Amino acid sequence: MRSFIIAAIFAFFTLPAMAASGGVELDHVDIDITDQASLQRGAQTFVNYCLSCHSASFMRYNRMAKDLGLSDDQVKDNLMFASDKIGDTMTVAMRAEDAEKWFGVTPPDLSVIARARGTDWLYTYLRTFYLDDSRPMGTNNVAFKDVGMPHVLWEQQGYLAKDEHGELSVAQKGDMTPHQYDQMTYDLVNFLAYISEPSKLQRMALAKWVLLYLFIFFLVAYPLKKAFWKDVH
Amino acid sequence: MSSFMNWLDARFPASKMWKEHLSEYYAPKNFNFWYFFGSLALLILVMQIVTGIFLTMNYKPDAATAFASVEYIMRDVEWGWLIRYLHSTGASAFFVVVYLHMFRGLIYGSYKQPRELVWIFGMLIYLTLMAEAFMGYLLPWGQMSYWGAQVIISLFGAIPVVGEQLALWIRGDFVVADATLNRFFAFHVIALPLVLLGLVVAHIIALHEVGSNNPDGVEIKKNKDANGKPVDGIPFHPYYTVKDIVGVIVFLFIFALVLFYAPEGGGWFLEKDNFVPADPLKTPEHIVPLWYFTPFYAILRAVPDKLMGVIAMGGAIVFLFLLPWLDRSPVRSIRYRGPLFKIALVLFIISFLALGYLGTQPATTIYTMAARVFSVIYFAFFIFMPIYTKLDKDKPVPERVTFQ
Repeated sequence: MRSFIIAAIFAFFTLPAMAASGGVELDHVDIDITDQASLQRGAQTFVNYCLSCHSASFMRYNRMAKDLGLSDDQVKDNLMFASDKIGDTMTVAMRAEDAEKWFGVTPPDLSVIARARGTDWLYTYLRTFYLDDSRPMGTNNVAFKDVGMPHVLWEQQGYLAKDEHGELSVAQKGDMTPHQYDQMTYDLVNFLAYISEPSKLQRMALAKWVLLYLFIFFLVAYPLKKAFWKDVH
Repeated sequence: MSSFMNWLDARFPASKMWKEHLSEYYAPKNFNFWYFFGSLALLILVMQIVTGIFLTMNYKPDAATAFASVEYIMRDVEWGWLIRYLHSTGASAFFVVVYLHMFRGLIYGSYKQPRELVWIFGMLIYLTLMAEAFMGYLLPWGQMSYWGAQVIISLFGAIPVVGEQLALWIRGDFVVADATLNRFFAFHVIALPLVLLGLVVAHIIALHEVGSNNPDGVEIKKNKDANGKPVDGIPFHPYYTVKDIVGVIVFLFIFALVLFYAPEGGGWFLEKDNFVPADPLKTPEHIVPLWYFTPFYAILRAVPDKLMGVIAMGGAIVFLFLLPWLDRSPVRSIRYRGPLFKIALVLFIISFLALGYLGTQPATTIYTMAARVFSVIYFAFFIFMPIYTKLDKDKPVPERVTFQ
């Protein structure tokens, strides 16, 4: 009975996640937003390859500096190309009208994309661009059919081709090995997960203290109840 | 101190009210697990109001800035993330607690004479709470906020003749838009909370007038001692205040687990699509109402005709109001009910949960058929209640409550 209940609860909580994948089998990724080195690498990839078209307009540079263990100057020198004030958010210079003309759609803001799409989806999406002549940019994507975005990381990954069974294979080698590219996208997804909810770091840190407090409170309150109820027969 | 109390009591019934509602309000001594949820609901109400006030300080009810202002609260406002999660997790917790509270009333017959008005006020609270939650869910202005509101408001369009005009009047625009957001904000932060508070006061006053029911469904006022106090009653304060504190701690522990480790509730409390800003030109693949509405949503979809569906959905709630008069059994508590009621209740619980599940799923042929079957069971529970409760072989009810 108990295992049935656990299974039912598990099914309840995973159903929406399954519904969101749209039928594509996603590669699973275990992210860790406390891994500062990974977040720093992800931030570098993000500002170099994403931040020209995609904004993260709810994310402030100085918040990122603090959470990633970097000084304001380090961020200014290495990660700020689009702005010069450390308190600014990660906006882009590209105008929405232009973007729509060039890509058919305005590239979405990525501040909370990890919460909207899920990290598994992002990890799969970034690794499954394949050659497709029928598309204006020459590439298509397994996780996001007919996506407007070109394969921005083609230099690193190279190009994949898709055969009639849906299997992907390397058509043109990139600068990185598949393993290195997986690591790079992992760091990027990790960073996207971090910017989607920077307060998660505080949330996770606070949780155990709240639970401990309630536990101690219980140790006082329960005997108190027992003592009061002694004379109730 | 006592001279101050004398001064106060001569002008305001402070001591009298303290006695009537706490220190000399005699509650049955045999309350069990199911009796924690009333005080927990009150706790959550206070929490929602307090966190709501702080959210209002930074939230912007404007279609252009609402979504960003929520993220501003999550990132830039000191402790804003905690206040927001308390409020969003609190909304779901409110419904969990209220559903358990209502279920308690159902199994122990707490709606039966003389507590009909307690039940009616409670149902009105439930109804107001649904409106409050529905309107609050529009405020983050995400895709699910927007399209959920669009779908629900369009239901009013099914009403003959005036329907379309009525839907237009509610929205204040031809689609859900800035005008809708503004009025929903007004209803969510002031109009409906005022109604809720008034109803909660009425619910408690009515309860304290007739006295609490208990798991045995025995009227404790029938057995009084020489001083006129019920033999099986104990003063609410301190006995139930110290007991409820334990309940509060256990509740808060579970609540904190969800709030800190899974505030999205696996996509049920905060839906994924609601992290995408509202876009009137892009309909999401699946529009799913929040989990606490899904049983009624499933009933709505089970009926092929839109108007009939809306009527069925409304009827599903109207029947709950009528419970005190549909139930013909002389016995209150499930402990002394016969097999017919028990079977009917089990079928009702199964159909309610199944409808809740089906309401979250796409309406395929099989699921729609299932929703129809369970809808019929749901209504049969009420329609045939006067018959099976009368025919039932109830057991004898003891004179006194059972305790330990």
